[in-house]
Amino acid sequence: MNIIITIVLTAFIVLYTGLYKAKKALLPLSLIGLGVAMGFAINGWNKNINNYDMMLMDNYAIAFTVLILTGSFLIFLLSKNYFTNSDYLAEYFTLMLFALVGMVMMVSYLNLSMLFVGLEIMSVSLYILAGIRKRDFGSNEASLKYFLMGAFSTGFLLFGITLIYGATGSFDIKVIEQYLINNPTSVSTLFYPGIILMLIGMCFKIGVVPFHFWTPDVYEGSPTMITAFMATVVKAAGFAALLKLFGNTFAPLHDFWLPALLVIVILTLFTANITALFQKNFKRMLGWSSISHAGYLLFSLIVLSSSSNNSVLLYATAYIAASLVAFAILILVKQNLGSDSFESFNGLAKKNPLLALTLTIAMLSFAGIPLTAGFIGKYVMFVNVMNEYHTLLVVVAIVNALIGFYYYFKVIIAVYFKEGKEVVIPISLAYKAIIVLGVIITLVIGIYPSVILNIL
Amino acid sequence: MEQLLLLLLIIPFVGSLVTFMSGANAKIIGLIFSLLSLAVAGVMLANFQPNAALQFELNYPWIPEFGIKFMAGVDGISMITILLTNVLVPLIILAGFQHNHSKPNAFYGLILFMQLGLLIVFTALDAFLFYIGWEAALIPIYFICALWGGKDRIKVNMKFFVYTIAGSLFMLLGMIYLYLQNPDNNFALASFYALNLDSVQQSWVFLAFFLAFAIKMPVFPFHTWQPDTYTSAPAQGTMLLSGIMLKMGIYGVIRWLLPVVPLGVQEWGGIVIILSIIGITYAAIIAFTRGDSKRLIAYSSISHVGLISAGIFASVLSQNGVQGLQGSMIQMLSHGINVVGLFFVIDILQSRLGTLKISEMGGIAKSAPLLAITFLIILLGTVALPGTNGFPGEFLLLMQLFEYNIWAAAVAGLTIIFSAVYMFRMYQKTMLGTTNDLTVVFKDIAGSEKVVLFSICFLVIALGVYPKPIFEISEASVQQLLQQIQIKLQR
Repeated sequence: MNIIITIVLTAFIVLYTGLYKAKKALLPLSLIGLGVAMGFAINGWNKNINNYDMMLMDNYAIAFTVLILTGSFLIFLLSKNYFTNSDYLAEYFTLMLFALVGMVMMVSYLNLSMLFVGLEIMSVSLYILAGIRKRDFGSNEASLKYFLMGAFSTGFLLFGITLIYGATGSFDIKVIEQYLINNPTSVSTLFYPGIILMLIGMCFKIGVVPFHFWTPDVYEGSPTMITAFMATVVKAAGFAALLKLFGNTFAPLHDFWLPALLVIVILTLFTANITALFQKNFKRMLGWSSISHAGYLLFSLIVLSSSSNNSVLLYATAYIAASLVAFAILILVKQNLGSDSFESFNGLAKKNPLLALTLTIAMLSFAGIPLTAGFIGKYVMFVNVMNEYHTLLVVVAIVNALIGFYYYFKVIIAVYFKEGKEVVIPISLAYKAIIVLGVIITLVIGIYPSVILNIL
Repeated sequence: MEQLLLLLLIIPFVGSLVTFMSGANAKIIGLIFSLLSLAVAGVMLANFQPNAALQFELNYPWIPEFGIKFMAGVDGISMITILLTNVLVPLIILAGFQHNHSKPNAFYGLILFMQLGLLIVFTALDAFLFYIGWEAALIPIYFICALWGGKDRIKVNMKFFVYTIAGSLFMLLGMIYLYLQNPDNNFALASFYALNLDSVQQSWVFLAFFLAFAIKMPVFPFHTWQPDTYTSAPAQGTMLLSGIMLKMGIYGVIRWLLPVVPLGVQEWGGIVIILSIIGITYAAIIAFTRGDSKRLIAYSSISHVGLISAGIFASVLSQNGVQGLQGSMIQMLSHGINVVGLFFVIDILQSRLGTLKISEMGGIAKSAPLLAITFLIILLGTVALPGTNGFPGEFLLLMQLFEYNIWAAAVAGLTIIFSAVYMFRMYQKTMLGTTNDLTVVFKDIAGSEKVVLFSICFLVIALGVYPKPIFEISEASVQQLLQQIQIKLQR
């Protein structure tokens, strides 16, 4: 609770500071707020604070809260030289903070109404954030598309919640779980469409195939800053919410929703990877690659085990670390070369060895090369699925990993092997810190994953 | 004593970091570290007991959650490959002294990093560690070939990379399967040996592992990446690929395939032998027709490796398999030495003449007698003339094949004739004959080139005349390996 209060307070303070044109104070204030919230979160470790049976701050919630807050902290730092002439700086920070409030609710809910409220707080903030550049057509298009699709999916989610309420008479996920355990054979017919509708609604939010159509356009059109926010933190929160629901509450009906999930996973992997192969724009490629990573993340739901939570946390951390590096470098390249196509990365290594090396490590992590966090993440997912001998599924994943190599290596090839404009890109301290930190996290998890394997 | 192996792994790692941070004198620093590592390997050899026991064992916890340990050790089989790696890397680095690569610090840093990966592969006793080493050797060689390579380097190396990593991902799948079958819940080689899988399971695991090894060696029909990659790579990249890296595949078969899934080997071994023999003749016939000297040697390498893989699989399928495995051990070493020598000679020719075409050369022996004589010695080693290092290995391998099947031996034996024909044809057209405008001013080898070629020639002759010490290193381990296979087959 105090985490949410802290973030909300920070958001309002930032908003009012913005009114008084104290632009310089906005970023430090937000960072302090996030820091305090993170302190509260870490302080709640092992305490399992229950808020009126609406939210439970168990270790699962706290681990994901810390991940989300850390990711946001770094993304806030990225904004340092990003919104130079924008008049909406205060609104921008405020909305991101509000979105964070929604996400904290999404990872800690005990009640489906809280899930819904959290999801909406997050989504509404993101609709506005996607369109925050109101004179930019791309940004407007992204905002509208995201809003229409998002509202649509909210509908599905609500229908699902209603049906489940009809079957069980409660929004409380513990009561729902108990209902399934008590009635293993006589589950109400209302329940089944409820699960499927909720699955569809959630899949819209995390953007997996076939509910992904908004993702590439929105990611491309939004300001890169916001794209980074959506592709990393928001996605992690969405997964945490999904896993909490399907990995625990709906687990007794695993056999029922597994086929639907398998179809989603296989479609996601193939569609996202094959489409990413043909992208000419780096940002759009990252959008498609984020869809494909969502597919790998769903592996954790195929075989439910005690380690599912931890493998999602691991994969999400690995993915966020690599993404932050990639997005930070994308912003730098775009600012200095004016474009986010692959061509603008050509010959980057000549004058910017640090950027080239770190970008390479990020791409290797995305691709899942050993000694990077991405490999450990994929490895854990594969072992998890192999546990019940879904060998064919692992073969599908391997084929997709191979396709992935092509487009991730396209970046490395552009950076090292192609000739391009030789521009020295100045890197500010904040960016340098983010990039180096991202790479360090990637390598530490890659070489010694035990640091993160026992958290949950 | 245990610390020796740790030292052997640390030296290339530290070396690659130091080299990476250095400047224009990177090649000297790289050479120093590779010589240090050779010295450690020498000390190891001196302390090595030629029995079947694992020595210099390292055992550290790594990722206990997954049952993964940092376990490594050396037996006779590993010792040979360690020698191979540590002898060849300094020679390969020295072979680059005539070139001025752009960014030498990155180039030599990557070579040393690759050496680390190779040494991990050759000593790992934990499947996960083996896999990590396997990939840690691949990434640097990809960058070496793609950054400093020649024509079409990007496309060719992408194919090479995706090909090899496809194989290794299936190998990882096989490892995970074995891990899940393993009651001890770990990746230790010893527990993999103790596993009792039925023949269907073993067949699948065999296929998963074999794909990785077959692509690496390469065995026909998984060889299509190889000639292009060898041709487009920089000379030293080619030497690393052909001299050491393909031995990863052979070593993998001996260490991780034969004793872990012998029933799978029985099931598929015959087919592998047929594929290898097809590869031997097919590659040799193509080598006849190549006008490009580098490509010719690339194909000849496929042909020679085919014999090694046929001999290894035959040794499990026949009554007595010691000769085949022993032959493959020495042949690994000899092939590495010879092929590095050949590619170095080609590199010298290319850098002086600016061409790889055999038809544009001729009469070089007149202006460069030293080069001609060293080239001849290496060539004789390659065609397995008695008294050179190629002979004992090929002889034993053919003997093993003969025991398995006389026709297989007959066809595979053609490799000796074939290789003599295309190798001597190349020699005749490059070194002998009339000189032309290009070759009349050919400068003979000097300096670092002399050191490299003389050392290689020394090894060619020394191992040919007196191969016994090499046999002694690996004999006990090979015997024990075959016993393990027999015990497992009888269960």
